[in-house]
Amino acid sequence: MITLENVHKSFGPKKVLQGVNLEIPKGESMVIIGGSGTGKSVMLKSVLGLVTPDKGTITVDGQDVTNAQSSKERDAFLARFGMLFQGGALFDSMKVWENVAFRLLRGSLKKPLAEARSISIEKLRRVGLSPDVADLYPSELSGGMQKRVGLARAIAAEPEIIFFDEPTTGLDPIMSGVINDLIREIVVEMGATAMTITHDMTSVRAIADKVAMLHNGVIQWTGPIVQMDESGDPHLDQFTHGRADGPIESIR
Amino acid sequence: MKVITAPLAHLGRAVLALLAITGRVTIFASDGISHFFRPPFYWREFLVALGQIGWLSLPVVGLTAFFTGGALALQIYAGGARFSAEAVVPQIVAIGMVRELGPVLVGLMIAARVTSSIAAEIATMKVTEQIDALVTLSTHPMKYLTAPRVLAALLVVPLLVGVGDIIGIFGGYVVGTQQLGFNPASYIKNTVDFLEFTDVFSSMVKGCVFGGIAATMGCYFGMQSGRGAQGVGQATKASVQAAAVLILAANFLLTSVFFSS
Repeated sequence: MITLENVHKSFGPKKVLQGVNLEIPKGESMVIIGGSGTGKSVMLKSVLGLVTPDKGTITVDGQDVTNAQSSKERDAFLARFGMLFQGGALFDSMKVWENVAFRLLRGSLKKPLAEARSISIEKLRRVGLSPDVADLYPSELSGGMQKRVGLARAIAAEPEIIFFDEPTTGLDPIMSGVINDLIREIVVEMGATAMTITHDMTSVRAIADKVAMLHNGVIQWTGPIVQMDESGDPHLDQFTHGRADGPIESIR
Repeated sequence: MKVITAPLAHLGRAVLALLAITGRVTIFASDGISHFFRPPFYWREFLVALGQIGWLSLPVVGLTAFFTGGALALQIYAGGARFSAEAVVPQIVAIGMVRELGPVLVGLMIAARVTSSIAAEIATMKVTEQIDALVTLSTHPMKYLTAPRVLAALLVVPLLVGVGDIIGIFGGYVVGTQQLGFNPASYIKNTVDFLEFTDVFSSMVKGCVFGGIAATMGCYFGMQSGRGAQGVGQATKASVQAAAVLILAANFLLTSVFFSS
């Protein structure tokens, strides 16, 4: 279970998070929605320790992640996570299979080369890519394929918790559908806890068990996906229907 | 009143900024160096860096040193002729190349070639979230990106300087024997007899320090990069500027340490 309590974060004068409270139970798929620049990525990166909150606590299964950990503890902590980055964030100096097997080629999860490669090819197959993609470089792939490779890398070490940062941004509707289905299948199949950031409502409906809306630095609304359409929250309604008029100012 | 205080305030801000960046770079460099000794050490990245910084810099280092050595011989010959001291060409070329021009020119070439490429590569990795991705894959960016590059530069740049020194002297030898009428055997003998251990040793130490500066600046400014293409451009420019200025400053300090008696 991931718990955020009263999390604050500012960048200079800009207050991004102003008291975020959120619980993500084990094995559930939580989708965070909200406009661009509302701090969704900052929130996600805070859980991973890529961003240090100014105030508040974040715990993962009761373990406080905001306090300094020894490098061993931090390694063990990060080994439980997988993350799909918005632009894929594939290492362009490495072949596709080396990207997917990155964790398996070094550090505590190191495996023999042949085994790492075969796991990598297996994961690529899982996300619908053929083995001949393995020896290409990321720059030789289309955007949709890069996302799939990113997904394969995120799941390569069988993480318990997976984060998805805008998984469908920049993809055509069909490829978005494919990625959404893959995410859903993988999360269910692995029994992983998932946290997804998106502003693509199709994606929300495909992936989420629960939805939380971030607005003005706090969680404006949170609840199961089935209640999203009858929430009665004007902010959420405006967002889910994509209306220009409403309580959320459209000029930012 | 403001006319008087405004420039002072500017000066103060500039000094504070300089001190702050000195502090940050020092912390960054010591953190990077501490990762040499804390496992894991990424050997593959280290070997790649050795090739990139050392082997692939040889052509540019060789050409720079050769032409400089040649020009030096011509200058010393022409200058020496004014007081009938043309004969000192081999000795002065040797001392000039080994003590000063070899290390400094190799250092500046490394700043141009290696610092810029390290800064641009790391900055692009930062901008495209590859550095964040490294962290989520349980890999420390300092350990994976900085430590192998800095160590490789510390080890291989002195060797490049050695090669540069030799090729520079060879440039002087070619000009001296082909154009200025020196006897080949006595040119070499004069050079070898004249150089002392301190000359060569100081050359190597300078190479080591300049290599460390060049790689550290590339990594530091790359990691500090702002967003987008502009951020990458800015980081690259700043890294080369800082490396070049620091190399020249360090050269002055080292020369005073070694040769001011």
